[in-house]
Amino acid sequence: MALQSTDVDENDDSTVWLLRLYVAGSGAKSLAAFANLKKICEECKAGHYQIEVIDLLENPHLAFEDNIVAIPTLLRKVPEPIRKIIGDLSNTERTLIGLDLLLKNGSNTW
Amino acid sequence: MNENTADNSTSTSLINKPRFKLPKSPTGIQGLDEITGGGLPAGRPTLVCGSAGCGKTLLAMEFLVRGATEFDEPGVFMAFEETTKDLIQNVASLGFDLTVLIADKKILLDFVYIERSEIEETGEYDLEGLFIRLGYAIDSIGAKRVVLDTIESLFAGLPNPFILRAELRRLFRWLKEKGVTAIITGERGNETLTRQGLEEYISDCVIMLDNRVTSQDSTRRLRIVKYRGSTHGTNEYPFLIDENGFSILPITSLGLQHSISYERVSTGVPRLDTMLDNKGYFRGSTVLVYGTAGTGKSSLAAQFAESACLRGERVLYFSFEESPAQIMRNMRSIGIDLQSCMESGLLKFHANRPTFSGLETHLATMHREINRFKPQIVIVDPLSSLHIEGKGAEVKAVLMRLVDFLKTNQITGFFTSLATSNAALPEIFSTQDISSLIDTCLVVRSVESGGERNRILSILKSRGMTHSNQIREFILTTHGIELCDVYVGSEGVLTGSARVVQEAKKVAIALLHQQTTEYKQRELENKRSILNAKIATLEAEFAIQQAEDEKIIEQEMAQVQQLELDRLRMEKVREADAVPNIILGD
Repeated sequence: MALQSTDVDENDDSTVWLLRLYVAGSGAKSLAAFANLKKICEECKAGHYQIEVIDLLENPHLAFEDNIVAIPTLLRKVPEPIRKIIGDLSNTERTLIGLDLLLKNGSNTW
Repeated sequence: MNENTADNSTSTSLINKPRFKLPKSPTGIQGLDEITGGGLPAGRPTLVCGSAGCGKTLLAMEFLVRGATEFDEPGVFMAFEETTKDLIQNVASLGFDLTVLIADKKILLDFVYIERSEIEETGEYDLEGLFIRLGYAIDSIGAKRVVLDTIESLFAGLPNPFILRAELRRLFRWLKEKGVTAIITGERGNETLTRQGLEEYISDCVIMLDNRVTSQDSTRRLRIVKYRGSTHGTNEYPFLIDENGFSILPITSLGLQHSISYERVSTGVPRLDTMLDNKGYFRGSTVLVYGTAGTGKSSLAAQFAESACLRGERVLYFSFEESPAQIMRNMRSIGIDLQSCMESGLLKFHANRPTFSGLETHLATMHREINRFKPQIVIVDPLSSLHIEGKGAEVKAVLMRLVDFLKTNQITGFFTSLATSNAALPEIFSTQDISSLIDTCLVVRSVESGGERNRILSILKSRGMTHSNQIREFILTTHGIELCDVYVGSEGVLTGSARVVQEAKKVAIALLHQQTTEYKQRELENKRSILNAKIATLEAEFAIQQAEDEKIIEQEMAQVQQLELDRLRMEKVREADAVPNIILGD
């Protein structure tokens, strides 16, 4: 499944990724997560991504509705399947695995 | 300086004045508030731990539901294991309709779902999301109660235990600051109370649930491991989960403080009342009828029950061997109408096989039924079938708790116990030593003599009254139980037809005596009449004699007078000068 979707992505680079970053206020972890995410996206999906930052302190009901436990949480809404990763995204390799980007870009680095 | 004096005054007030009472949040769960002295610590988290399937979730849910329905305290249930749909279905079996409570914003269910495979950990994180989520849930319905069930699942979902531990510590502190009364459930670990050692963080109150299986019977038990700042019952308390939720059975009242009654209750058998000081049992006492099979123990119980119902008292009848229908049919044959007692709502049967559950569960069931039905009289028939379930000491402990409970509530307990041998003194007393718990003990035996078997009844003991030491024959008639005197002679105790023969003999002897007396009396009468006749004859003879004699005397007198007259006339003729003073005729 994961491979397939990756294949689709490889063929169709134009898919615009929808990413949602859940944070709580503007703490160090939130800021770091946003910066790390932006960097990765610029490297891998330049021009084909949208980041939506949601501050749960302002929209607490979304924590309930979107089943959020940890902060920061990154949600890849598009493309399917939905992926959820937690942490400040400082571990780039794990972030790439989490976003299913490693196979494509990993083949480049390996 | 000021603070110091304030401290001093509080420390002295601790000793002198009534102590500070920890605010408690009543659970509304039957029995739990009793053993916790009023409920869980208000505004603090409580840990409920136990192995799988011991009822943690249900306990927590009932805490919320009762809070929402009885104490107007809305609650948030955060589930980590069951989906909200499953939860609603599961607790519906306890008679709680969550959908209504959810719609009324009395309860909020939140299912926190974490799938390890879906989560990639990419660096530093915290559980602020959970805090916000819980905070939002609490604020949206104004919750006073929170349940986290089972927060340990987070350890399976989230990879970094160090972060988790730090966050959990923060979470429990945060809950305290929020001032919500919380229940946190945890799966029991190998050597620790919970798998992840949650007891480290939650130290105010820890309750442990347990579901133990001994000789194929499982018994649920609850124990308060600790309760900071409050006294609490320390024992293991058996509990039940049924269609009405939890019910926990407090083992015993702490002291022997139950008030006693001088009121008496009739046994239903007039002559038995006579034997018991002419009044019957004491109200609130415990009565044991002990005897071998077929000696009429149940009949005594039924007679007692019927007479109580006729007085308008409520009777709860626990039957462990016969079904209610069977008891009623059988008792009708000896003229005891339990059917109408039951129809009037004063008599309630509760029939269970003894093997239905463990001893403790039986006790808990009885406790619950008694609490619901509120009877004046409780009958357990037979108590001895519980012995199969437990060993001596255990049975005694259970019985003691039952007796204690009955006495506290001024309920008269009537137990029957099956004897295995026809011994005069029940072996039950020597082996299980339950005698000390029994106030009045009746022994029914069957006596075999002259080719028949008859029942006899005696009072082994009856505390607090002068009671008969006589043995009575115990007869089941079509109009109830009757007691008769027995004959004690050189051949021993005579019962049944031997007694009837003896009665006939007695009648014969009495008749003989009567006849002899009558004969003697008649003889005497005869003698008297003969005597009277003789007296009459003699009197008649005497009368004749008397008449004759008087006539003679008269003639003699007349003759003497005539002679005197003749002499005087002669003297006159002779002109005598001296005249004797004899009255002259003319």
